[in-house]
Amino acid sequence: MCRDLATEVEKLLLQPGSYVRKKAVLTAVHMIRKVPELSNIFLPPCAQLLHERHHGILLGTITLITELCERSPAALKHFRKVVPQLVQILRTLVTTGYSTEHSISGVSDPFLQVQILRLLRILGRNHEESSETMNDLLAQVATNTDTSRNAGNAVLFETVLTIMDTRSAAGLRVLAVNILGRFLLNNDKNIRYVALTSLLRMVQSDHSAVQRHRPTVVECLREPDASLSRRALELSLALVNSSNVRAMTQELQSFLESCPPDLRADCASGILLAAERFAPTKRWHIDTILRVLTTAGTHVRDDAVANLTQLIGGAQELHAYSVRRLYSALAEDISQQPLVQVAAWCIGEYGDLLLEGSCEETEPLQVKEEEVLALLEKVLQSHMSLPATRGYALTALMKLSTRLRGDNNRIRQVVSIYGSCVDVELQQRAVEYNTLFRKYDHMRAAILEKMPLVERGGTQDEEAKESKEAQLSEAALVSTEPPASKLLDLLDLLDSSSGAAQPPPPLEPSPGGTLGHLLDLPCASPAPASVPNLRVFEREGLQLNLSFVRPPETPALLLITVTAVNTSGADVTHFVCQAAVPKSFQLQLQAPSGDTVPAQGGLPVTQLLRIFNPNKAPLRLKLRLTYHHLGQSVQEIFEVNNLPAETWQ
Amino acid sequence: MQFMLLFSRQGKLRLQKWYVPLSDKEKKKITRELVQTVLARKPKMCSFLEWRDLKIVYKRYASLYFCCAIEDQDNELITLEIIHRYVELLDKYFGSVCELDIIFNFEKAYFILDEFLLGGEVQETSKKNVLKAIEQADLLQEVKKVIFKNKSFVT
Repeated sequence: MCRDLATEVEKLLLQPGSYVRKKAVLTAVHMIRKVPELSNIFLPPCAQLLHERHHGILLGTITLITELCERSPAALKHFRKVVPQLVQILRTLVTTGYSTEHSISGVSDPFLQVQILRLLRILGRNHEESSETMNDLLAQVATNTDTSRNAGNAVLFETVLTIMDTRSAAGLRVLAVNILGRFLLNNDKNIRYVALTSLLRMVQSDHSAVQRHRPTVVECLREPDASLSRRALELSLALVNSSNVRAMTQELQSFLESCPPDLRADCASGILLAAERFAPTKRWHIDTILRVLTTAGTHVRDDAVANLTQLIGGAQELHAYSVRRLYSALAEDISQQPLVQVAAWCIGEYGDLLLEGSCEETEPLQVKEEEVLALLEKVLQSHMSLPATRGYALTALMKLSTRLRGDNNRIRQVVSIYGSCVDVELQQRAVEYNTLFRKYDHMRAAILEKMPLVERGGTQDEEAKESKEAQLSEAALVSTEPPASKLLDLLDLLDSSSGAAQPPPPLEPSPGGTLGHLLDLPCASPAPASVPNLRVFEREGLQLNLSFVRPPETPALLLITVTAVNTSGADVTHFVCQAAVPKSFQLQLQAPSGDTVPAQGGLPVTQLLRIFNPNKAPLRLKLRLTYHHLGQSVQEIFEVNNLPAETWQ
Repeated sequence: MQFMLLFSRQGKLRLQKWYVPLSDKEKKKITRELVQTVLARKPKMCSFLEWRDLKIVYKRYASLYFCCAIEDQDNELITLEIIHRYVELLDKYFGSVCELDIIFNFEKAYFILDEFLLGGEVQETSKKNVLKAIEQADLLQEVKKVIFKNKSFVT
């Protein structure tokens, strides 16, 4: 319809009657929005229409030009020529006196002014010459507009936005920030909201100028209005830097205590992030995190616990201090799960430091062994504790068995009770610990030694070591590790048995005698015949790799592991891989590890293919993939061409 | 502007003008959610809120809420002016307008809105011109009425 009527509308644009023309112009705006190709029809009349005196037509024309410039860079270049004309129009508007028709409270035609300013913004963006032409005018508008009423403020706001977005002079930018600062002090909430939003946009480019208004911004945090406090929170978080981090964190923490629940998560993660980037001392950092956890523990992100444990682990001199503070915090309140998890871990690791003597940095705290054990048992039994927390507490109890000097009967009792717990993960841990007490008591001290500092984002092996201590969600990592290397690790433990500080990694969750089963296996674990890996498919970030294993005891068997990795930005879902081989082969497809390949190199999907090739015929393999990626369904069928000869000879 | 809604304190919709093509079901859903959100706001709070990916500007006049949804690049303060201008036009036309006027003469309210805004953009910035256009439309209606009255259908 637009295409058919475009020429008609163009004719109407040039008709004498203003009533029809103003409507025709806005119709043209809509047509261009719907069908951008019609721009070249409506481009020529614009220049003529700009000479109009009628405000309605002028307004429509400005909107039309704005629309044209936004859609095509060629139009943008074309219309840069009219900047002087626009400047002239705006100047006349600003300098003319009061006109009954168009003025609102002392500002002549604010709608038209705002629209012109918006167009100037688009034309002046990244263009020195146009920006220079506008400088004087913008200064004039900024200083002359009456700001007692909303209309004036609206024009002023648009002027500030234009100054910020174009290449304006430095003095002008300072003027803009000052205007925003004045807005911030205004009593009208709307104006303050608008000021906070613009300052947020400016904070990247003119950081120091915005810093000057920091106290006012912090004031706005205390507003009861939710939209305002949200904006103020975002702006305050953006304004934190190394010099004001202590004061700002203080303010933000008091805000955290009183803020509405939907802002809590953002505030907590913001504080933690700021603390991480600008912490002046480690002790301050630990204190801050502790305070955040006690006030808003349930709203922090999942990796806060891991970060804190790593931080504490790294700060050797603060072990005693942190374990004491965590113990007192835990003694008061065991409902905040992240806090409980960190405290349990700390108490487990540094329990001896907790019990021995005093530490200069906190008040002397006399803690008895029974109190510590009682607290951990309380955590274990509390209905508020998540399964992950219980896991932490149980492990901590075990570690204390080597750290404490008393006898371990109480601990052994608790551990054996949990051997019949309903939760499988807890049960598995308890049974393993039980076995550790009974059969491998001599190894217990070595296994439960203090953990070495784990590198953040370390190798797969270290993550496997840490998985016993870390949250249950990391158990998935261990399961993807190929069984062969796990066997080798365990055998190393057996051979060296000299404080490798490596707790036995959990395998199949069969209760009872798991350890014994593993340790009884023969030493000769067959090294798989090494065949080079093959990348067979790549499309838009999704890669498919094949890795081959020829087990020596069954020469006719070939095990292929198909791994799908996704390095693009979007997830791949409903991923199905099917394979076909010639008739002489037997193919068995095992179930894949999943059907979603997460983006950015997340956990790959693996699938095992077993091919039985009794006749040693040349292997041919055809793969069919179906998946959803970037909003499209993809089906790919291809033959794997360059299979190495070792796969079938 | 994407749409403008007028609703009472009890949540009854008095006027709705949509400048984007949406299905009926979507319109109802948006209306319901937005009315709930705006009515939940306390009196002293600021007139702007963020909802989905739109900016909502609302103002309360007596018992009616005037609510506009604008895009990201639009100026919120000028939208408040737009709302105020519309109310002034209604006031001038109906003479001290109240909610009842809008309920009983909703087609006039729509006419006035259509003369003031077209496709979500301000069409005419002069109050005088908008009211003149409405007067002319009214005159046309009167003329039609007279013609129909005088026509007789008696064979």
